Amino acid sequence: MAKVIEGYYYSESHEFVKVEGEYGYVGITDYAQEQLGSVVYVDMPEEGDEVNAGEDFGAVESVKAASDLISPVSGEVVEVNAELEETPDLLNSDAFGNWIIKVKLSDPSELDNLMQAAAYEEICK
Amino acid sequence: MNRTLYAPLIFELSRKGREGYSLPSDNLGQDKYKPCQLPAHLLRQEAPASLPEVDELTAARHYTNMSGNNFGVDTGFYPLGSCTMKYNPKINEEVAALPGFTDVHPAQPTETLQGSLHLYHHLAAMLAEVGGMHAFTLNPYAGAHGELTGLMVIRTYHQRRGDNKRVKIIVPDSAHGTNPASAAVCGLQIVQVKSTAQGTVDIEDLRTKLGDDIAGMMMTNPNTLGIFEKDIPEIARLVHECGGLMYYDGANLNPMMGVCRPGDMGFDVMHVNLHKTFSTPHGGGGPGSGPVGVRKGLEDYLPNPQVYFDEVEQQYAMNFSKEALGSISSWLGNFGILVRAYAYLLTLGHEHIAQAAKLSVLNANYIKEQLKDYYELPIEGLCKHEFVFDGLRAEYGGDHHEPDHATTLQVAKRLLDYGFHAPTIYFPLLFHEAMMIEPTENESKETLDHFIEVLKSIAVEARDNRESLRTAPHCTPISRPDDVKAVREPRFKF
Amino acid sequence: MKYFPHTPDDLREMLAVIGVNSLDELYAEVPQELLHKGDLDLPDAQSEIELRRTLRSLAEQNRPLTAFAGGGAYDHYTPSLIPYITARSEFSTSYTPYQAEISQGTLQYIFEYQTMMADLTGMDISNASMYDGATATAEAMMMCVAAAKKRNRVLISSTFAPNVLRVVETYALFHGVDLQIIPEKEGVTDKDFLKRAVEEDGVAGVLLPQPNYYGIVEDFEGIADHCHAHKTLLAINAVPADLATLRSPGEWGADIACGDGQSLGLPLSCGGPYIGYLCCKEDLVRKMPGRLVGMTTDAEGRRAFVLTMQAREQHIRREKATSNICTAQGIMCLWIGAYLSLMGQKGLQEAAALSYAGAHTLRDLLTADGAFAEAFPDQPFFNEFTLKCEGVCPNQLRHAMAKKGWLAGIAAEGHKDLLILCVTEKRSREEIEAFAKELIACKKELSASSK
Repeated sequence: MAKVIEGYYYSESHEFVKVEGEYGYVGITDYAQEQLGSVVYVDMPEEGDEVNAGEDFGAVESVKAASDLISPVSGEVVEVNAELEETPDLLNSDAFGNWIIKVKLSDPSELDNLMQAAAYEEICK
Repeated sequence: MNRTLYAPLIFELSRKGREGYSLPSDNLGQDKYKPCQLPAHLLRQEAPASLPEVDELTAARHYTNMSGNNFGVDTGFYPLGSCTMKYNPKINEEVAALPGFTDVHPAQPTETLQGSLHLYHHLAAMLAEVGGMHAFTLNPYAGAHGELTGLMVIRTYHQRRGDNKRVKIIVPDSAHGTNPASAAVCGLQIVQVKSTAQGTVDIEDLRTKLGDDIAGMMMTNPNTLGIFEKDIPEIARLVHECGGLMYYDGANLNPMMGVCRPGDMGFDVMHVNLHKTFSTPHGGGGPGSGPVGVRKGLEDYLPNPQVYFDEVEQQYAMNFSKEALGSISSWLGNFGILVRAYAYLLTLGHEHIAQAAKLSVLNANYIKEQLKDYYELPIEGLCKHEFVFDGLRAEYGGDHHEPDHATTLQVAKRLLDYGFHAPTIYFPLLFHEAMMIEPTENESKETLDHFIEVLKSIAVEARDNRESLRTAPHCTPISRPDDVKAVREPRFKF
Repeated sequence: MKYFPHTPDDLREMLAVIGVNSLDELYAEVPQELLHKGDLDLPDAQSEIELRRTLRSLAEQNRPLTAFAGGGAYDHYTPSLIPYITARSEFSTSYTPYQAEISQGTLQYIFEYQTMMADLTGMDISNASMYDGATATAEAMMMCVAAAKKRNRVLISSTFAPNVLRVVETYALFHGVDLQIIPEKEGVTDKDFLKRAVEEDGVAGVLLPQPNYYGIVEDFEGIADHCHAHKTLLAINAVPADLATLRSPGEWGADIACGDGQSLGLPLSCGGPYIGYLCCKEDLVRKMPGRLVGMTTDAEGRRAFVLTMQAREQHIRREKATSNICTAQGIMCLWIGAYLSLMGQKGLQEAAALSYAGAHTLRDLLTADGAFAEAFPDQPFFNEFTLKCEGVCPNQLRHAMAKKGWLAGIAAEGHKDLLILCVTEKRSREEIEAFAKELIACKKELSASSK
């Protein structure tokens, strides 16, 4: 069974947001990495780019599939997880431990549109 | 046969001092003029060291041995869905190799290219008759290139009318990935329309997508499930009513040729794949050819150069028209492929063309009917030239939701052990375990019977001995390659 | 009909299995009004004997000329082994190597092709081919825009062959790329204009030809550094047959090399099939369109080749793919792989030297007594060069020479009196001398009659 973490926010397209102060760490869920299989590449934006809730900001590729990354929140990308450039399979070993982008949230109220752990667990069944 | 001796990479067979060419030892002015007289900074400094040095026999054995590791239509049954792997007649190869065709430079004055231009013009006319279109360009190099060209025609049509807001194109969710990709290259946005449970376009969903921003709609018919879209007149009416044009993706023309014409179904623009429907070889993935046809009124937009018959001069000529959408090829497309398709159409003639279509449908339905108790047939009823199974039936392969069920990939790989090519797998995306089978008209009943028996036996094996399926293939030149390693540790050259 | 194996018994049995009475019933769901009534208006079917006669007669209506023309299609020598290899039906009747286990032949020759093309162009990576040189250049343009993300302007030199320029312009128009033409100055790209334009904001890439339309070997010294300093990519379209001798795109510092592979021994074939090549530096691989073959191992650890990085491609990414291209010119990769293997570095250099000497000698023969003048006398050329034929229309000359069996170059588009000639290693001493003599005579005749 795929892992779900309490206290994170979740989107229907299987991204999570971990909020710390005015920043949100966005990544893909454990369920998403399970569905994709071996991740071979993560296409990420650049620092300073703007992301918008509901719009894609990159993609995660496995050998024979690619999945767009849909940002659950809006704001400026202040950091990307450079480790994923070299070792994309970190997403397979620990999806929640390896966020993809760090976003300075421009509209924290968007978090209200996302799911809590319990609701997300339901849709993964 | 000793494949280990000659089938390594050509670079490993290289020995310093060997040569595989034969050039004249001297020519006019060679003592006086040498490339090294060019300014030094225009000359290459670092030698292309990978280029091998091999003698002719070593090279001949190298490639001949490599060919033994390959599977073609001439090797065995190749039921690759949506690819129409029909027989590639050898007479086509013979006539395409005539020096009159191969030894002419494309920039020769047109009076010296009358044979080529005549062939081009006549083939275009024959394709127009098959498609129910008014005019064809043969310049596009492949199916995807034809799609792009056809979409350019559609955009040009709207722009020339001053209608610049039509920037969206409707594509069914069952469409081949090239449709949306071609639309994106052409600068169009994609609007996806849903399929019904019967696998055809959902007209109600389509209605909600129509508007004055719609440039047109792309469809195949039969669609990628092999199902004939019988509502096509209504679909075409709706799209035309909102001001859009209908685009026919000719990937699945084979079961239609001589029977039912895209032009008569209401399509305005279409492409055909000469390497599918018109028997030219697929060549390991090219060169293909993707001629584009249009209904009357759109012919001026076809790309340059345009070939026409000059009534005054009484000869064929080439034109660069200002009306045209522009150019999409250096010259006249993959001309050598056109010769082959021309020969094929003359071989079929009006007498046999419809029979080819019908036999392809016969063969597909024959396989489908005999395997549907073993493999999951999501859509009952007559198919056209191809059909889709959604993997093994649960009683053989296990429930699709169970992690250890027998997958379509495993069935496909096991088929290789029996000397068959695999069907197209995991496409269309509508079904998780899709397996798309297209037999073509050239396959004999014995071949089909053998294929059916093998697929049945694989189903039984999936039930009784799933492990041997999981590790298949067992009898091929290599076993399953490590795809993950290929991406994680990329090696694109030796 | 020898392509239909169905006997009357087969038909009967198969229809019975399906549960229909006739072949026509297989189309029962197709609305009646859509079915075509009667035969199509096509010619009568021809037997093999008739077909051979028809096609031979058509082929004879073409008149192969002895080519002294290039312009993107070069009459180079083809080692005799190659057509035999490419005709092997294990290669030619296969399709895209989706099933790697039974497609190692195709995958291996593409891998060999990629290795050699990357090396020849001085790049890290080659893809498995594009359609032709013009579309490869258009794809290079789209790569530049995709890699730059927020930039949409691409500069292209006006010294490209017009048939390449037209295709790139068409793609730019529809793809929404802001394509700007760099003017030419005395037959070469205006480098000052180029440098100034790159300094302005927002140039994603620069496309340059080598040698250019007029045959001139252009000097790109410093261009790559200037581009890179402004985060602009440089793509060079080079004639690959020259690259064992001339400075490679990689050596010029280009990020992308593209062009037509026809010069590597492909027959002229009235313009196709040829092959586009596209190579790039390693960091651009994710933006590369088309197929890529990679080396890996199989379950037993043996070397194996596979299609790889497929997540860039249309069948997975759909509208977000790097391009709509599926597979391109397949078997032509084998042709070029075999050509480069047989020729090797030494063969390429020898053929280039013969072409170079022939072209320069022809230039001497045609200009010695003032019949023609060099259009760009101060510019270096390789095996293609441009002459002024004052007083005579180049196309008239071409028509007159065609009657005598010669292809007398290409009339330079956009100029009244420029003729672009080309010599390859296939032109013998006797041919070159006879051609020069006839061309001079022809010109005299034409200028006399026009006076």
